[in-house]
Amino acid sequence: MTIALESIALPFGQEIRDQFPVLSQEVYGKPLAYLDNAATSQKPLAVIEAMDRIWRCDNSNVHRGVHALSQRATKDFDRARQSVKTLLNAASEMEVVFTKGCTEAVNLVAHSFLRPKLQPGDVILVTTMEHHSNIVPWQILAEEKGAIVLPIPITDEGEVDLEGYADLLHQHPVKMVGLVYVSNSLGTINPAKQMVAMAHSAGAFALVDGAQAGPHIAIDVQDLNADFFTLSCHKIYAPTGVGVLYGKLAHLEAMPPYQGGGDMIRTVSFEKTTYAEVPSKFEAGTPNIGGVIGLGAAIKWLASLSPSPDLRTSLVETMAKIHDHEVGLMRYAADLLSEIPGVQLRGTSKEKAGIVSFTTSFAHPHDLGTILDHEGIAIRAGHHCCMPLMKRLGVPATARASFALYNTAEEAERLAKAVIKAREMMA
Amino acid sequence: MELRELYQEVILDHNRNPRNHGTLEDPTNQAEGHNPLCGDNVRLTLVTDGDRLVDIRFDGQGCAISTASASLMTEAVKGKTRAEAEAIFREFQQMVTETGDATDHSDLGDLEILGGVREYPVRIKCATLPWHTLHAALQGQTEVSTE
Repeated sequence: MTIALESIALPFGQEIRDQFPVLSQEVYGKPLAYLDNAATSQKPLAVIEAMDRIWRCDNSNVHRGVHALSQRATKDFDRARQSVKTLLNAASEMEVVFTKGCTEAVNLVAHSFLRPKLQPGDVILVTTMEHHSNIVPWQILAEEKGAIVLPIPITDEGEVDLEGYADLLHQHPVKMVGLVYVSNSLGTINPAKQMVAMAHSAGAFALVDGAQAGPHIAIDVQDLNADFFTLSCHKIYAPTGVGVLYGKLAHLEAMPPYQGGGDMIRTVSFEKTTYAEVPSKFEAGTPNIGGVIGLGAAIKWLASLSPSPDLRTSLVETMAKIHDHEVGLMRYAADLLSEIPGVQLRGTSKEKAGIVSFTTSFAHPHDLGTILDHEGIAIRAGHHCCMPLMKRLGVPATARASFALYNTAEEAERLAKAVIKAREMMA
Repeated sequence: MELRELYQEVILDHNRNPRNHGTLEDPTNQAEGHNPLCGDNVRLTLVTDGDRLVDIRFDGQGCAISTASASLMTEAVKGKTRAEAEAIFREFQQMVTETGDATDHSDLGDLEILGGVREYPVRIKCATLPWHTLHAALQGQTEVSTE
């Protein structure tokens, strides 16, 4: 039974869509329906204009110039770190390390945190639905140290098998658990808090990959209690090239640097070099100043969608609205798609973010991707950097539609109509 | 370009009913091709007699373009000498990668209908994967990747 369109209450409307210039274009003569938000989100005018302003007015290096431009850039840069602290509800802004993305954040933890601790025979657990970025850095380290990376099993619905996870923690000397909060392929929202607690009870550390959680859920790293949490900023309406590593302060302070260079030192001499305090210790070289300031603008923009004197309150309210909007569209799209003969939804867990993954009996995901593109609909087709998950599902690839706050119910309907058209063409 | 120029009826037919599909029991050559971008793969089994490709079959997982390309390829190269098969491969590759005005490739026969793929840069590897795999099998290699 399909959800009636009138029954979907979507918090955001045209006034949001109007703030995204890229959306008002045609592709192959059809209005663009951008449903590839899990890959990257589009940018609102507030972010585009903030970036433009940097290069026109404030461009300068940070943390070293005494002149006016450097002071302005430094102020905006440091303010962005405070905003991220609030977005994640970290205890201190010293726990917020800027990286070039989630991938670098995971590599940083593998290199600087786990590498000195890992012994031959130790085990690192990651879920079967993990993105390659939360598998491969651990495999590289495990190979070097004679340790082992084992997969945490999942169910056919695409949920973590918690009993299987508990068994693995019980049976092996587990040092680290890497788990994705929201699956980029399936949209599954994993019980991250519970899984972190289970890891800690077994004496293991936990890293939560928040690349897809950031755009959909109000994050509270203190409540999650993970040792590390990663954020991909271009998925939350900020520019590409910026990620965040959150780490518990005690861990970050105890860890050796990841890369050496400028900005991460206190004093340098050929006799003895000393390092800067965290987070600077992990930020060697000139950072992505424009990207970080753009991130600050994106967080400010998100907060502006739920005005309140308190930034944290605004962000939590906005994320709740975004979740409602995206889940409403996801359920509507899933309903429409599941009524098409030959369509099989992949990932049907109870707790899901705004991602619909599916395969069909009539068209390979890549053919669907090309056919939908000609209807102006941008989706992702492929293994979504989750080859072990695809193997578990028994498919080479899936088609994935992922929703953001600017998507509409009409776009979900166009998606389903285009899949019907593909069926008529290919069958 | 209209979508129907890519998904022509011959391509859809070969996708629905691939020719020479399956595996040969006692192959003299075999190879697997992978497209790491999409996770697709094709497996070829061949029987060669001296210089001649006597029989060929394919299986694997792929989109309509790669399935049709593999199916059409098996029809095109069966019975040909190695040199003839390699010559068809070279011309096919030229057809799907050439820029500017398309040149005449009517000597490729049915394979010519895959020429439309050149308008879809991300799909070219779908069409060439079976051919790279054939080339590898004829060279005695067992694995190839379209990176």
